Amino acid sequence: MPARATGQIVLATGVLALAGIVAQQTTVIPVSPLYAKVGPTVFPWMVAAGLALLGLLLLIEALRGGWPADDHDEQTRVDGRALGWVLAGLVANVVLIGPLGFILASTLLFCCVARAFGSTQLPRDAAIAFVFAALTYVGFARVLGINIGAGLVERFF
Amino acid sequence: METLAALGHGFAVALTPINLLWAFAGVTVGTAVGVLPGLGPALTIALLLPITFKVDATAAFILFAGIYYGAMYGGSTTSILLNTPGESATIITALEGNRMARRGRAGAALATAAIGSFVAGTLGTLGITFVAPVIVEFALRFGPAEYFALMVLAFVTVSAVLGNSSVRGLTSLFFGIFLGLIGVDLQTGQPRFTFGLDELLDGINVIVVAVGLFAVGETLYLAARHRFGRDEIIPMRGSLWMTAEEWKRSWKPWLRGSAIGFPIGALPAGGAEVPTFLSYYLEKKLSRKPEEFGNGAIEGVAGPEAANNASAAGVLVPMLTLGLPTSATAAIILSAFQSYGINPGPLLLQNQPELVWGLIASLYIGNVMLLVLNLPLIGLWVRILTIPAPLLYGGILVFATIGTYGISNSPIDLILLYLIGGIGYLMRRYDFPTAPVIIGMILGPLAEQEFRRAMGISQGDPTVFLTHPLSAFLLALAALALAAPHLYRLLVRNRGDKAA
Repeated sequence: MPARATGQIVLATGVLALAGIVAQQTTVIPVSPLYAKVGPTVFPWMVAAGLALLGLLLLIEALRGGWPADDHDEQTRVDGRALGWVLAGLVANVVLIGPLGFILASTLLFCCVARAFGSTQLPRDAAIAFVFAALTYVGFARVLGINIGAGLVERFF
Repeated sequence: METLAALGHGFAVALTPINLLWAFAGVTVGTAVGVLPGLGPALTIALLLPITFKVDATAAFILFAGIYYGAMYGGSTTSILLNTPGESATIITALEGNRMARRGRAGAALATAAIGSFVAGTLGTLGITFVAPVIVEFALRFGPAEYFALMVLAFVTVSAVLGNSSVRGLTSLFFGIFLGLIGVDLQTGQPRFTFGLDELLDGINVIVVAVGLFAVGETLYLAARHRFGRDEIIPMRGSLWMTAEEWKRSWKPWLRGSAIGFPIGALPAGGAEVPTFLSYYLEKKLSRKPEEFGNGAIEGVAGPEAANNASAAGVLVPMLTLGLPTSATAAIILSAFQSYGINPGPLLLQNQPELVWGLIASLYIGNVMLLVLNLPLIGLWVRILTIPAPLLYGGILVFATIGTYGISNSPIDLILLYLIGGIGYLMRRYDFPTAPVIIGMILGPLAEQEFRRAMGISQGDPTVFLTHPLSAFLLALAALALAAPHLYRLLVRNRGDKAA
């Protein structure tokens, strides 16, 4: 087990930062004097205090070498390339679902994720993805009436 | 007698062709998502929440209950044949069941799991039928202080007692409560934590959080460690029929597992892990062949599977009678109630008898359907397991997009979904439990409401929580549950020092 737990230290600091944000945002909640005693800020203060305490405990644990988790284990190194493919798919989906519509954006997302999980058969993935996305689009948009982003291809269904 | 009449009426509701169809759809989808690694009942029900705008409440809850029960059945199939437990509660099944499968007794392992699930599910549903009205009687006397204390107890047990670390569990819980606070405060109309975004005024949708954590986070996590080994599916060999000896070794564990699982699930303590582990150790203790444990002992599948299903049934008791969800799935079902404007709690049974008893009746029916679906048709589900991972996870993320983009057509929701997915990934990697986030998010606002009511009644005097005996007792129990593991560790360490 490596002695360094950098990731955990960063994570614990993140929890502390969240506590700070919660506290800061609580101060800007306007409170009417009518509700001064048990107003809308009592619970947020409790949450801020709780997160601060927990963040501190996590930080102490992390500085003392950390708790057992995946980042301590050589077996579970992060596959950065796979992670990158999924992230690329997600970003592309957010950007493209508006202009291109659900079916094309989803096809792209599907292919990126499949690539992340080690698939090398892009044409096959793309075909399956397109059919799958089109079917779900028809199911949701036409049968259930839930609008999920019409675009270039959707008008044909 | 009153209960039986009510249940009879419930069967009249559940046995209408359209509701039978919803139940069948539920158990089928439930089994499928239970079998598929990476999909669970919480995620599936979250993805299907938008149908609450389209179909009536009874039909929706019959569907959701079918998914809930079905996923329990399907999960055991995956544990036995793939040795990748879909959820922590089926770790034990994977332990013994997978060994049985390796020895060529996959059929018997699947059979004892399915029949055990049926026995426990039916006994558990009987438990709901007769325990729920009693708890309602009791709960009608609760005031806001008692409710708040009960919720604190539930918070502690679901986040601190279960799981590996109380600090990490509570961090998840507080993060969930924070997410639940976002939006307009219903009592004063003040926006909280909206960071100036109009999209956040209505709060964050639970669909976004559940799908983000369970679909996006899980996919990122599995992608990041994918190349480290692929699971091998053990082919279904051996007769599905259990031998006379296997029957003889199974029926007592089924009953004992049910007896352990239901009360633990029904107590606002939640979690199916504890009862499955307890059942496993009990069966090992009682077995005449303890040496078989670890090498595929059928009791080690029968008992824990029964305990798992009975506790899943038990979880519905506090959910329906107190409005207290103690698992992620129960929390999402509770949010479905809210989207119909129904508040689960002691009054639910009085105000919505048709809905509640129809739901309970459909659980009995669903269990019978599941037995049929999971024994003769097991081959069908095994084929689902052969879907290659790239296609499976590609499909899951496309579904995740529909589930969130369909709510509002806003890219903000999609960005939020992926951000929460990223957080979910970190939580998995650093061993933070995700269920407390969902429970905190749903139960947090309710706890706040009860807290403020109690404080309002006592005119701002916080000692109200300690002067009401029941509330004080529940809070003491929560404090004890939080402190006990640490005290125990100290005790063990001290004893260890003395011995050394």
